[in-house]
Amino acid sequence: MDKTLQRYFPVFVIPTLAAFAIGFLGPFFMGLWLSFCEFTTVQNATFVGFANYIKAFADSTFLYSLGFTALFAITSLVIINVVAFMLAMALTKKLAGTNIFRTIFFMPNLIGGIVLGYIWQLILNGILAHYGVALAINAVYGFWGLIVLVCWQQIGYMMIIYIAGLQAIPGELKEAADMDGASGRKRLFRITIPMMMPSITICTFLTITNGFKLFDQNLALTAGEPARSTEMLALNIFNTFYGRVGFEGVGQAKAVLFFILVVAIGMIQLRITRTREVQQ
Amino acid sequence: MKRNYFVVAIAIAVCVVMFAACGGGGGGGGSSSGGGSGDGSVYYLNFKPEQDQQWQDLAALYTELTGVKVDVITAASGQYETTLKAEMAKREAPTLFQVNGPVGLASWDEYCYDLTGSQVLGELTSDEFALMSGSEVAGIGYVIETYGIIYNKALLSQAGYTQDDINNFADLKAVAEDITARQGELGFAAFTSAGMDPSSDWRFKTHLANMPIYYEYKADGIGSTPAIKGTYLDNYRQIWDLYINNATVAPTMISTKTGDDAVAEFVTGQGVFYQNGTWAYGDVSVIGDENLGMLPIYIGVAGEEQQGLSTGTENYWCVNKEASAEDIQATLDFLYWCVTSAEGISALCEDMGFVIPFHNNLPASNPLVNIANDYIDQGYVPVAWTFPTMPSETWKNDLGSALTGYAAGTADWEAVRAAFVDGWAAEYAASN
Repeated sequence: MDKTLQRYFPVFVIPTLAAFAIGFLGPFFMGLWLSFCEFTTVQNATFVGFANYIKAFADSTFLYSLGFTALFAITSLVIINVVAFMLAMALTKKLAGTNIFRTIFFMPNLIGGIVLGYIWQLILNGILAHYGVALAINAVYGFWGLIVLVCWQQIGYMMIIYIAGLQAIPGELKEAADMDGASGRKRLFRITIPMMMPSITICTFLTITNGFKLFDQNLALTAGEPARSTEMLALNIFNTFYGRVGFEGVGQAKAVLFFILVVAIGMIQLRITRTREVQQ
Repeated sequence: MKRNYFVVAIAIAVCVVMFAACGGGGGGGGSSSGGGSGDGSVYYLNFKPEQDQQWQDLAALYTELTGVKVDVITAASGQYETTLKAEMAKREAPTLFQVNGPVGLASWDEYCYDLTGSQVLGELTSDEFALMSGSEVAGIGYVIETYGIIYNKALLSQAGYTQDDINNFADLKAVAEDITARQGELGFAAFTSAGMDPSSDWRFKTHLANMPIYYEYKADGIGSTPAIKGTYLDNYRQIWDLYINNATVAPTMISTKTGDDAVAEFVTGQGVFYQNGTWAYGDVSVIGDENLGMLPIYIGVAGEEQQGLSTGTENYWCVNKEASAEDIQATLDFLYWCVTSAEGISALCEDMGFVIPFHNNLPASNPLVNIANDYIDQGYVPVAWTFPTMPSETWKNDLGSALTGYAAGTADWEAVRAAFVDGWAAEYAASN
């Protein structure tokens, strides 16, 4: 078996590697190069050095978006993970209908971001209309609208990961804890959560990077209104790219900075949660 | 462990099959557009989704008559620049595309073939429809459009007025406010919703904003500027106040209203006035041609009794300089055929409903166009389209946000002024 694999591995690896190179590595390095250029189409770029980066940093909307995005990412991180964890706990109890509920909670995740954004825009504006307000005239509504949307979309997905984690905890640990007379709270913090750290690592990684990368939902729900105050980083980059003649390179420079930021945050988060994982 | 490897291998194999399937499909689609004889072919990236089918038919007809291949691809609404950017980077780039005027041209200048001396240029009725880049002709305007305040004659007379009662801003205001005062009794409002959803906000951040800019340019004797002064901003405020305070919806709700909402309100008789242009005829024709009227947008400038509708173009054909010589020639031939042959003219004027600035223009079947022509025949002065000189998309978007905030009461007029005046200077500086 091993021999066959060794002999044939290029057959399996090369197509995927090629797809990865064409679909990801190529555009990535091209994008990196373009962030130092002025261009209209990607074919005729002229090198301009760091000019794009200087303009990107001089743009106050970019820093505002960064702050707004960070606030959003942290809020959604906490709410999604706490709620998903609680749902997972509830739905691993021996209750009737848990499978139906798991399916129902998971389903929103199957709908695309743009569609969700428009659906929630109708729902939220429909409710707010009774009070004579709308999503696009108050950044607070826009912010919480986005939070409601991503929670609804992602809680089910994270819940499935937590359920898998919960089911993998050996029953004898719980039994032992019961024998020793551990309270429910102690059992949660001393047994369940430490044993769940691998799942927590995955879920926090996914939610924080999703929070930073959010684009479709932002575009469809608020489009940055009012006056760019709910414009998140990805949307800010998009608007920079297409908003002015000659600003394609600046958008590209922001995209590179954005990439570095998301990678850095992801790495730090992984390191922190990894150190808390326990070996069985 | 061995078992795991096996599973991974199977997973990868599945990916490969999917990848091969996608690649195969894409390749098949791509190669079909690549063919053609050595005589050159045409690839038109069309801007107007409303006329997509008509362009496809016209292209097919041309291919049938001459054997020259013409591909027409239409960008989705609002996605022209993004689509053009992507298409222009391809080997099979569009040979024919369009820009919206001087500001759009700044992006695409180096792709524009100099049309000086071309046959199609010779067909233009006036040089003002040629888009110049220095001494070169970079684009040719191909459709003239007009906008104003479309109104429902039946509703207006039900309220006790006719068009003759409205000849300046004060009249318009008096009529609109009277209708609002009697809204309960009449059962309709003066204005349809001034929706600030992206499907509708261009009617106000671009078309309505044209009015103060036009008058400022006129007063200063200029055609564009690096810094707008905002001389007529108070007039802009007056008309905006009138729109939002005498409408079918509360000013706080306009951010949720779409273009379709305004159309629906207009055709179901909930509002008398609807600001839009000749291109909207298809949407509003259900109320009957005899009920359709159009008023100039009065903003309270001295002497506006002689002001007509807003007429101009933001659609210029450009030929891609980077295309091969055969393709450029094929494109120029196609354009010339479009504006001179009986088939081409009939398609442009009748099927697409365009008023074209070429010698062979036909009388329009669109009643809104006829109304526009009547204004000009009666000596009213058309308002020129100045919005192609707006410094950037960002400027328009910021102005739109400020107008929404002002209407909702979350921002004051100062925010609109800042977006209009300070924003103009900042955006002009950033883009140039």
